[in-house]
Amino acid sequence: MVSTALFFLFAGFAIMCAISMVYHKNPLYSAISLVGVFLSLACIYLTLAAPFIAIVQILVYAGAIMVLVVFVIMLLNLDDEPNTSRLKYLYALGGGLGIVLLAQTLFVVYAVSRTPNQAIDPNVTVGNTLDIGRAMYTDYLLPVEIVGVMLLMAIVGSVVLARRLSQPQLELVIDKEEERISEEINS
Amino acid sequence: MEPNLATYLGLSGILFTIGCVGVVFKRNALGMFMCIELMLNAVNLTFVAFSRYYADVHGQLFVFMVMSVAAAEAAVGLGIFIAFFRNRQSIDVDTASILKN
Repeated sequence: MVSTALFFLFAGFAIMCAISMVYHKNPLYSAISLVGVFLSLACIYLTLAAPFIAIVQILVYAGAIMVLVVFVIMLLNLDDEPNTSRLKYLYALGGGLGIVLLAQTLFVVYAVSRTPNQAIDPNVTVGNTLDIGRAMYTDYLLPVEIVGVMLLMAIVGSVVLARRLSQPQLELVIDKEEERISEEINS
Repeated sequence: MEPNLATYLGLSGILFTIGCVGVVFKRNALGMFMCIELMLNAVNLTFVAFSRYYADVHGQLFVFMVMSVAAAEAAVGLGIFIAFFRNRQSIDVDTASILKN
């Protein structure tokens, strides 16, 4: 009973935070609303008996990713987004997309609720750290290694992207580019 | 009313819809990025719900993979935003039109 009440509380909170994220023009308010969504989803994972995923959700999403996003917002000193003339066309497109997706959601809920309900065995716990760790280092060893390499590539890539070229380097790049363009024109 | 699989799928679908509409409405690259994160989270909720109702740990491992990809995407994406802002003094996606002609 308590878990039912908690589920609906956090589900409502998640939906309200998601709507407020899309509604706010200021990116900082959007980011704070998104943290609310992440935290309430972590609590919903707990009601689904997945404590490992819930903790990772808080650590990775609400901790690492959102801190990075807020850091970039502060660094770039962003204002509210301006209104553009394309908004009318975008509202039509987004509204149509939203209606189609909501209809699909309703259909899925209807179809799933008509199938005979699978009762959950309360003794079966699949979400504890022991099971996940065991599966991760036996069946899923190769994917976990690939994820590690991918994270390393992301670190290197973000450093390369965010690096500021020094003035001599920048002039060198521009000179090379100009040479290339003039050669193309001559040939 | 006890929450069942359909309830979790419904919540996930609503969050995915909000994220998808947000990607279209937002004109700000960071806002679009946050909406994509919301969509990834909606999919994660589906995985965890199925993992619970079929008593299978593989769904939760998939959530772990999705989170790793999201973390890598955040690192690279925010690097791109900083480089973009340095060139254009704005993060509005409408100003990213250098490839148009």
